[in-house]
Amino acid sequence: MTAPLLSVRQVEKTFGALRALGPVELDLRPGERLGLIGPNGSGKTTLINCIAGLLVPTAGAIVYAGEDVTRRPAHKRARMGIARSFQIPRPFTGMTVLENLFVPLDYLGRGAGDARARAEGVLRSMRLDGRRDAPVESLSQLELRKLELARALVTEPRLLIADEAMAGLADSEIDEILSLLLDLNRTGVAVIMIEHIMHAVMRFSERVICLETGRIIAEGTPQSIVEDPHVQRVYFGEQQNRP
Amino acid sequence: MMLIDLAANALASGAALGSIYALLAMGLAITFGLLHVPNVAHPAIVVAGAYAVALANGYGADPLLAALLLTVPFYVLGLGFYTFYSRAFELRGRGNSLQSLTLFFGVALVIEIGLVIAFGTDLRSVSVPYVGQSLSVGFVTLPYRFLVPALVTPAVILALWLYLTRTHGGLALRAVAHDERALSISGIDPSSVKRHAFGLATALAVLAGAALIITGPVDPFTDRSLLGRVFAVVVLAGLGSIPGTLVAAVLIGVAEAFVTTFVSPSWAPGVAFAILLGTLGLRPSGLFGASR
Amino acid sequence: MMRTGTFATIAVLLGAAGFLLPQVVANPYYFYAGYVVLQYIVIATGWNILGGYAGYINFGTSAFFGAGVYTSAYLMQAFEAPLVVQIVAAALVGVALGVATGYLTLRIQGVYFSIATLALVVVLETVVHNTEALGGASGLTTIGPPPPAWFKGQTQYVFCVMLVLALLAVVIARWIETSWLGRGFRAIRASEPAAESCGVPTLRMKLIACAISGGIIAAAGAPYPSYAYHVEPVSAFGLLIALNALAMPLIGGTRSWMGPVIGAVLLGTIQQVATVTISSEYNILAVGLLLIAFVVAAPEGLLGLLSAVRGGVRWSAKPARKPA
Repeated sequence: MTAPLLSVRQVEKTFGALRALGPVELDLRPGERLGLIGPNGSGKTTLINCIAGLLVPTAGAIVYAGEDVTRRPAHKRARMGIARSFQIPRPFTGMTVLENLFVPLDYLGRGAGDARARAEGVLRSMRLDGRRDAPVESLSQLELRKLELARALVTEPRLLIADEAMAGLADSEIDEILSLLLDLNRTGVAVIMIEHIMHAVMRFSERVICLETGRIIAEGTPQSIVEDPHVQRVYFGEQQNRP
Repeated sequence: MMLIDLAANALASGAALGSIYALLAMGLAITFGLLHVPNVAHPAIVVAGAYAVALANGYGADPLLAALLLTVPFYVLGLGFYTFYSRAFELRGRGNSLQSLTLFFGVALVIEIGLVIAFGTDLRSVSVPYVGQSLSVGFVTLPYRFLVPALVTPAVILALWLYLTRTHGGLALRAVAHDERALSISGIDPSSVKRHAFGLATALAVLAGAALIITGPVDPFTDRSLLGRVFAVVVLAGLGSIPGTLVAAVLIGVAEAFVTTFVSPSWAPGVAFAILLGTLGLRPSGLFGASR
Repeated sequence: MMRTGTFATIAVLLGAAGFLLPQVVANPYYFYAGYVVLQYIVIATGWNILGGYAGYINFGTSAFFGAGVYTSAYLMQAFEAPLVVQIVAAALVGVALGVATGYLTLRIQGVYFSIATLALVVVLETVVHNTEALGGASGLTTIGPPPPAWFKGQTQYVFCVMLVLALLAVVIARWIETSWLGRGFRAIRASEPAAESCGVPTLRMKLIACAISGGIIAAAGAPYPSYAYHVEPVSAFGLLIALNALAMPLIGGTRSWMGPVIGAVLLGTIQQVATVTISSEYNILAVGLLLIAFVVAAPEGLLGLLSAVRGGVRWSAKPARKPA
């Protein structure tokens, strides 16, 4: 068995008196496709913020590529190959699409010398090249989602965390993003997908983890998760009530 | 005087001063501490309140009584101010702190200059029978001009605390502070709760203005030196902690009084700033705030 | 916004024109008034590097300016240091002040930085009031050596020095804007978590912005003792400086180096003309009201209005989200 790319070891996060997460234990293989589901407020975003470095866990450790990164700031983890997209797209306003991609290229220094070619290549592969010089303020929802992913991918990460990258998209658009993520995974990039769109998670993931109130309540193949009575009660029950 | 005498007197006047600072900071504890609206104009509103009280005092009204009556127009003023603010920013979904800070800074400036144009730059004060008298207990002497306004604070804090914990409006306000979305789901309009809170904070400013001008004379730029103090109080207390406000304010008041007594009065304005920076650097959640 | 070649040509021409001006214009008043406008170009440009690009508001510009004024006044008094040394030293003090304030406050929230800068003015004023070597409340008289003969007078000389500083400040701002630094600052302004996730070391970048901004603003204060012959706390830590530093970029537009320049030339010139006719109180009141009007109605300034008229969305303040 290969060494895990990422190990989350007994990680806990509390905000004041509120325990938002944990303890959570989780391993991820290089190149694995992991789905992360759970009701709103179940700690999914807290967990990935701990992994990406935007939050420091209250307890526990995060080991990435053999190094303890628990207290390392997010920009250093980005340098180590952890990339993420945000649930609500956070484009760098006041810049064009291409300039948005220059930011990670400037600071992470991948593909130095041909930064522009690299950025344009990623835009082409995401079919965003037509909007290369458009100000981000003029992008559609789908384009913003793609930009979010493109900005993460341009740095050639080893782990991509996609936080609801398909929320608010039409079915055909979901298919488009899914196939992009699958193509990416084929190049060896591990992907953690947080998603409420069940058919997308189930199609994409090799393994699915369900969180509830900050703890892992189920883990297994997509099929076993769907059939898990506990998951059905806390999550799919809620799903049906969603407007 | 002996060292212990000096220390005891510094402690007493510092505590009284701190109590007054708590009153000055109270409005900010609501707007900034609970609602996260960085109202840097609050000290300027306090000074405007002090001028209003001084005007009323010119007709023979007791400053505290006048302030109590003035809370009504100031409350309405606060409602109007918040309506303007939220129309300008929050409702348009671009309430970034950069712009709202600038707005409040501009408002503070306009208030200052408005006071200069209307009343000139001379110091103004109120005349009340107890100013000039002192209370002596043992070797501690405390002027009434400190003692009287200092005693107003606990009463106001008690009233505010009862309001926040015992009334529907107060609970709604704390709920907005905690989670705006949850409240809008439950059918209460968060923006009306905030408007009301802003009115309340502005009404508190006029009470604070009365306390300020009883303590000593005021000029249109007094808010400058108050700003560091009131923010130091709110930050040291921990955002949103009303009882913490009093404790933090008394700590700062006592620290200033000790610097005044044992170093030099001219260094006192720096004390609050040092405490503010120290708090931000070492314990940004304050003494009583939850860590974020 | 402008080709580098064009920009460099214009900058060199402006510099040369400034140095020829004392030979052509006899009335020193124009240099006296022009100095103030140029000084505001430096201040507004310096302010905008932190405030406009990175999105962190400095309300205490007069603290940085005053620190520069007093650094150079002290060096002049104590060591008879030449003006160039005064300017460099003032800039270094500004850098140190910016980094120190930033380091203590920027780790939490932008709001605290702004509040701290407001209080910083009061503290520095207190320090100067209490420092014998800086003249206390009554100030210092600062008469330096006579200026080089070419300039035909002290006022013309400091005008040209300030012109050089203004050109330098604009060159620095323009370079930052088009470089990786500027992209990092703008990424921070747009979203700090996203910037961090793209590898931008946000805290270090903010400190860099504080340092550059503080250095430029303090440098703007350095020639002041040579210009006014006397420095005192009230003028060095003046309210109008803090206000203009904020109002000029906001009125011109904060996204590009041109905004602060436009704002400073416009507002600075109006103020210079107006001080002859109206009192300084009404001057401040007018700027304050203008500031409120712009921040509410046109937060992207004149440049934003201009591009909106042209139909561009480039500088629009609209949130990028569309209804899902």
